[in-house]
Amino acid sequence: MSALGGGGGALRNASTALAISSTESFAGTPSCHTKRVRRPPGSFYWLHAVTPAPPLDTTTLKQLVFVSDYAESMIPPEIGPQKSSSQSPRSPSGAPFLSISVTDPVKLGNGVQAYISYRVITKTNLPEFQGPEKIVIRRYSDFVWLHDKLADKYKGIFIPPLPEKSAVEKFRFSAEFIEMRRQALDIFVNRIASHPELKQSEDLKTFLEEDEEAMERIRSFETGIFKKPADLLQMFKDVQTKVTDVVLGKEKPVEETDPEYEKLKHYIFGLEDHLTETQKQAVRLVKRHRELGQSLSEFGKAIKLLGACEGDSLGKVFAELGSKSELLSIKLQKEAHNLLMNFEEPLKDYVRCVQSIKDSFSHRANAFRLHCELTETTKLKEINLEKLNLMRSDKTREAEIEYRELKAESEEATRRFETIIKRMNEEIVRFQEQKTAEMGLAFHLFAKGQAKLANDIADAWRNVLTKIEAYSLSSGHD
Amino acid sequence: MMGSEVAFGFDSPPEIEEMESLALSDSPSTVSSLPAAISASSDGDLFISPPSALHFPLSSTASGDGGDPAPSTASSFLDPPSYADIVFSPFDSQNGDDDNGADNGSMLRRDSSPRSTRAARSDYLKISVSDPNKEQETVNSLVPGGGTYFTYLITSQMRFGSAANGDGESEPVEFSVRRRFRDVVTLANRLAEGYRGFCIPPRPDKSVVESQVMQKNEFVEQRRSALEKYLWRLAEHPVIGMSDELRVFLQAKGKLPLPTTTDVASRMLDGAVRLPKQLFGAAAQVAPQEVVQPAKGGRDLLRIFKELKQAVTIEWGGVKPLLVEEDKEFLAKKEKMQDLELQLSTASQQAEALVNAQQDVGETMGEMGLAFIKLAKFETDQGIYNSQRIRATDTKNVATAAVKASRLYRELNAQTVKHLDTLHEYLGLMLAVNNAFSERASALLTVQTLMSDLTTLNIRIDKLEAASSKIFGGDRSRLRKVEELRETIKVTEDAKSCAIREYERIKENNRNELDRLDQERKDDFLSMLKGFVINQVGYSEKVANVWATVAEETSSYARGNS
Repeated sequence: MSALGGGGGALRNASTALAISSTESFAGTPSCHTKRVRRPPGSFYWLHAVTPAPPLDTTTLKQLVFVSDYAESMIPPEIGPQKSSSQSPRSPSGAPFLSISVTDPVKLGNGVQAYISYRVITKTNLPEFQGPEKIVIRRYSDFVWLHDKLADKYKGIFIPPLPEKSAVEKFRFSAEFIEMRRQALDIFVNRIASHPELKQSEDLKTFLEEDEEAMERIRSFETGIFKKPADLLQMFKDVQTKVTDVVLGKEKPVEETDPEYEKLKHYIFGLEDHLTETQKQAVRLVKRHRELGQSLSEFGKAIKLLGACEGDSLGKVFAELGSKSELLSIKLQKEAHNLLMNFEEPLKDYVRCVQSIKDSFSHRANAFRLHCELTETTKLKEINLEKLNLMRSDKTREAEIEYRELKAESEEATRRFETIIKRMNEEIVRFQEQKTAEMGLAFHLFAKGQAKLANDIADAWRNVLTKIEAYSLSSGHD
Repeated sequence: MMGSEVAFGFDSPPEIEEMESLALSDSPSTVSSLPAAISASSDGDLFISPPSALHFPLSSTASGDGGDPAPSTASSFLDPPSYADIVFSPFDSQNGDDDNGADNGSMLRRDSSPRSTRAARSDYLKISVSDPNKEQETVNSLVPGGGTYFTYLITSQMRFGSAANGDGESEPVEFSVRRRFRDVVTLANRLAEGYRGFCIPPRPDKSVVESQVMQKNEFVEQRRSALEKYLWRLAEHPVIGMSDELRVFLQAKGKLPLPTTTDVASRMLDGAVRLPKQLFGAAAQVAPQEVVQPAKGGRDLLRIFKELKQAVTIEWGGVKPLLVEEDKEFLAKKEKMQDLELQLSTASQQAEALVNAQQDVGETMGEMGLAFIKLAKFETDQGIYNSQRIRATDTKNVATAAVKASRLYRELNAQTVKHLDTLHEYLGLMLAVNNAFSERASALLTVQTLMSDLTTLNIRIDKLEAASSKIFGGDRSRLRKVEELRETIKVTEDAKSCAIREYERIKENNRNELDRLDQERKDDFLSMLKGFVINQVGYSEKVANVWATVAEETSSYARGNS
């Protein structure tokens, strides 16, 4: 591939050349590319948008295959999505897109070992991806891996939340639970894919493109070798700081006192309480709809039987009422399902998002503490160094190196802390906008569903009413 | 301590107030209507009232509160939902005659239905039970706590009350009497004796643990309304409504002059006193005037034994009685009634479940609305970003709609209860039908017993005559015995024809009652269905409108997403 990629500046030309040639040979020789890699029409535009076509030569065919399979490796990471989008500003469908769908949940394994696997389909025109479409099989724990990796690397960003691990074993494989989780996972990856920073993550690419064995390998490698020691190290550090805290007689871990931040924290905690309450009510509302549906169906049956006692045309009116009740019962059950998916679930997701914000609070608190400690220690070292300098001690040199290292570390910690603050400030705006749109949609679907249900109810009964009126007219005559 | 000074609030039905305070009871305004309640939240007292306070009695109707315009505070955090939009009179086919009885809480039958026309045919213009009063038993009861009882003020007005007074065309006279529950029992017993074969509306049950629960206000109130309902049902009955017994009960001053039927114990005693005489054959016959009463009352032990034996013989001996229930039409009807009873009981159970479920949806919708209102308020207070404010507004809109919808659900439910109550009422009535049927059966048993008595007597005469014919010139003692037996036969024949007449009368009553019930039931059921459906349609349309508005307001989000 390096043969093609050549180097730095030449690359762009090379790729355009390839692109052009490939479009043309697409038309002539469709058999050349594998079935798995099919370019969406958008990519043609993108390729078209590039100017002058060099003359065709015999290598084109070979290169084409190359392009299809290794498109990603050809384009160096410097050419990010921004650059590729600037390449094709003229055609709207050439805008960069990355859309992922989580589909086809399948139950695999048996008993305690059983799990659900999902097909994760990625469609994109982003050059850093292998191809326009890629399908991988993933399970819930893979999503957890992705989440944890991102949470670890992008501190300060509100990582999109995952759906909970199933609470009750009994419901683990219920169709409803599976569908809800699938939907939530779909939202999860697409949120990552639409996040300006997260979508550039290598882990996302790994998650979307690596085949199943590779994924497995990466995961076991990390959990086996890296993750635990890292945890241990962190624990060790924590203990150490605690000990030094005690030894130095310092106050309890320092907390940020920024009033703005205090306000945000207060807001998020309050919001969580309110949302939990509304979500609880939404769950109950779903349940109530189901119960009403159930009662209505049984009422319908009883009314039918009662009508049978009456016989004649009044009996028919009863029967009509009964069957309409049963019909409405089905509609209620359906609406209960819609309510669950389109209203209750978004509310639950809202709660999860808020919890993810709380996670970043703790990251921020940790970063802040580290930043303070290091600044403090650096100061001490500086004073110490000055002392040594004055005394012209032999240790001066040693101490200076130590001081420099510490200073660098301290600066790094400060920078990290500042990054978190910056990210959070951006994130909170994103969060608010996103939630306004999402809740707006949830409200809309809720209202629409309720309106439709009420209209269906009104229609069904209106229908019965005409029958009743017809009956009372006819019975009034005789 | 809990005497008459306890206000039971009959004069101002508490339901209306409770229902008014749908959202919050701690609203500062006196008229705690919905918008006021919502705006109250903006004053800082955040929805303290628990959702359970939202509950309001099912029986109340929404018609009462149509008048008061919402005190819409301009400063309110939520726009007051347009009050006129959500309060409207229930959907009823005929609700013109509403509200005229609200002045004293009396239950003028004002439901829309043939029932009200039936009430109109009744002799009584008004019957109300009010003012329960605790009184001390003059004779000390042996049962602890049994020393007190309640009396109720029963006020009634007859359509032709003036005529009864002899005053010519003047205003109908109002009668007020004080009665205790025991008097109602007496009335019910007198009616049961005097109107065999009729479907006499069943009286309210006597509570077993009465003395314990007697103190509870709601028990007294429950009994009061049950009594009122019962008396109205009696008054609406075409025959019983015109009975002297009812009139005496409602109008006679002072103590109830109706003879209290002797209670079972003394009746048994009475029967036991007469038993030796009967055993000696001195009074082997039954007095004709007594055969018209069922033997079960215990008036006459020998008759009880005889009729019991007769019943056993018929049932177990396979002996075909001389007279059997041969009325095919009646038997078919009886079976139909039993079937109807079964279905009614299921239907009324299901109706109750439906009403409860509907109530739950409404309540949960309301609670969710309140939760959203709190959320919206929180977001508004904490709002920094524009998007947050937009979301708060959306949330508020949804919340308001949910509260509105919840209110509509509740009103709908009140109407549903009102209409489906017909099922419960008819289930109660089935008891009366069964009583009427068993009166018929017991009258038949009396006839059967008398007939088999006659047969036995005739056989004995035959035997005696055969025996005496063998002796020339006859056996004087035997002949005397035959004479005696003939006399007994004559009395028994009289009793038999009397019993048959009674039986026929009961049959006739049964038939008339069944016809009447069939017609009334058809009318009542039809109006029940109609009322139920009309309200469902009406309220569902209202609910649909509420949500359609919200759906329209939020439609931009859907477009942005799809």
